[in-house]
Amino acid sequence: MKVLVPVKRVIDPNVRPRVKADGSGVDLANIKMAMNPFCEIAVEEAVRMKEKSIVTEIVLVSIGPAQAQETIRIGLAMGGDRGILVQTDMAVEPLAVAKILKAIVDSEKPDLVITGKQAIDDDSNQTGQMLAALLDWPQGTFASGVTKEGDKLNVTREVDGGLQTVSLSLPAVITTDLRLNEPRFASLPNIMKAKKKLIDVKTPADYGVDVTPRLQVVKVAEPKKREAGEKVADVDALIAKLKSVGAI
Amino acid sequence: MAVLVLAEHSNNALNDATARTVVAARAFGGDIDVLVAGHNARSAADAAAKIPGVRKVLHAEGEAFSHALAEAVEALVVPLMSGYDAFFAPATTTGKNVAPRVAAKLDVMQVSEITKVIDASTFERPVYAGNAIMTVKSGEAKKVVTVRGAAFQAAAGSGAAVVESIAAPSGPFKAAFVSEELQKSDRPELASAKRVVSGGRALASAEQFNQYILPLADKLGAAVGASRAAVDAGYAPNDFQVGQTGKVVAPDLYVAIGISGAIQHLAGMKDSKVIVAINKDDEAPIFQIADYALVGDLFKIVPELTSKL
Ligand SMILES: Cc1cc2nc3c(=O)[nH]c(=O)nc-3n(C[C@H](O)[C@H](O)[C@H](O)COP(=O)(O)OP(=O)(O)OC[C@H]3O[C@@H](n4cnc5c(N)ncnc54)[C@H](O)[C@@H]3O)c2cc1C
Repeated sequence: MKVLVPVKRVIDPNVRPRVKADGSGVDLANIKMAMNPFCEIAVEEAVRMKEKSIVTEIVLVSIGPAQAQETIRIGLAMGGDRGILVQTDMAVEPLAVAKILKAIVDSEKPDLVITGKQAIDDDSNQTGQMLAALLDWPQGTFASGVTKEGDKLNVTREVDGGLQTVSLSLPAVITTDLRLNEPRFASLPNIMKAKKKLIDVKTPADYGVDVTPRLQVVKVAEPKKREAGEKVADVDALIAKLKSVGAI
Repeated sequence: MAVLVLAEHSNNALNDATARTVVAARAFGGDIDVLVAGHNARSAADAAAKIPGVRKVLHAEGEAFSHALAEAVEALVVPLMSGYDAFFAPATTTGKNVAPRVAAKLDVMQVSEITKVIDASTFERPVYAGNAIMTVKSGEAKKVVTVRGAAFQAAAGSGAAVVESIAAPSGPFKAAFVSEELQKSDRPELASAKRVVSGGRALASAEQFNQYILPLADKLGAAVGASRAAVDAGYAPNDFQVGQTGKVVAPDLYVAIGISGAIQHLAGMKDSKVIVAINKDDEAPIFQIADYALVGDLFKIVPELTSKL
């Protein structure tokens, strides 16, 4: 089967984000960027399915600025077959992303879409579910295990109380959680090979999707700062302190 | 104006996240109805009727709802929305699974994990692992919102709303429940506990996690949490994970043991009232936000603390 994997370019998870002084957003100038970690897990899962001969082709899609090509290249070096960049400098909201992905699904006709469960920048956790709804497909969100059972997929999901397994008819959408797999590092030869793989460059207008934001960002502020407290010498001192503030 | 709130429940019991979501909906304004979609869920519906400020409880019964599968809940909720201006769901794994489907079907942008309602179109929500707080204004005709439970306290008092049975779609749906492995525990629930004791990678094995963390948690009557590193390594189950991509908690007391304090972990606990950190590295980032820092070996400190409490 054919798999579509959307990948997002985001701030590197090891970088501490800083809010701009004018409150308009987070300062991303000269900040190290990376593939969203959950998208990496999605690519890895697709590649493993291909290695098991469950999947025949992996198409990567990124919606973002010209530099999102680099993000697609990383996925191609991990084992993706080709890419589509839907280029825009706008901050595209999950609903518009889902609409663009739906249009791509309509033309590419994949059997499965694997997305990350959330992007670590806007922390929305929406795109996969929205895409599934627009397509009227079933979804297996927050996946920590995926197995093919005949013509269905069994997806084990990380839920608040533990784990839940659902069976999905295909085509379907999966969103990845942290423990689905550990993404590989692309090897140098694979990075070289990925340079020759095809990336189609499109625009949201090519898919007839209006990406004008529906939500207006009024302001972005620093969270309330929490001050470091005090060092306590030993367990007795800790217990005394906790008693004095009524915490125990 | 009217708001439909999705109840979080286990059919026989109502989860506290429901009452917290109702509090957010009350700040938004209008009449508030709670939807209990379940299987043999009458007791959850009755419990929802007692939440203060609820106009009525809509109770939909069906086998397809026994495990709150998103495909079924979406099919139930979307037609109901013609009578509502907003859909509020708790930001639990159930709410996060369902709400974006509803939003997409209504062609509206969802506002995820709000921590504050400013007015009927303006909300605050943390982004970038809580390193920034974004205020957003939604011009959508219908608002679809998920609510971070840790940011809203359930209201005191008791209501007496009517419970109304409503018809539920019976499918077939394209997803089916297969099985579940739920953690059974007599400890308080992590998301709403007043006290939380969390262990990190330093525990080094599931045996030691259980041997050192659980007795202290029990002494304090606390829920148990863990860092991602501890969960990834199999020392603790997945539903213990606290952080940006796990559970967000704000207890009165949070004890972080052998946890370094990565931003992704802090995102899930930095709004706790009192934070205690036990770590052998006196430069561990967790100490920058801890009220009380105890530097030393957890394998000595934790048993002593447990015995002296
Ligand atoms: C996309 C993404 C999402 C993530 N989501 C989360 C999340 O939701 N929650 C989360 O927790 N993390 C999350 N992380 C992981 C996070 O970045 C850290 O890797 C993780 O929190 C580290 O866990 P830890 O503090 O237990 O381990 P470490 O960072 O290894 O820290 C172990 C600590 O134990 C101390 N220690 C060691 N031995 C002892 C001893 N004998 N006595 C006392 N102290 C000792 C050490 O000094 C150290 O500070 C995420 C990461 C990514 C990339």
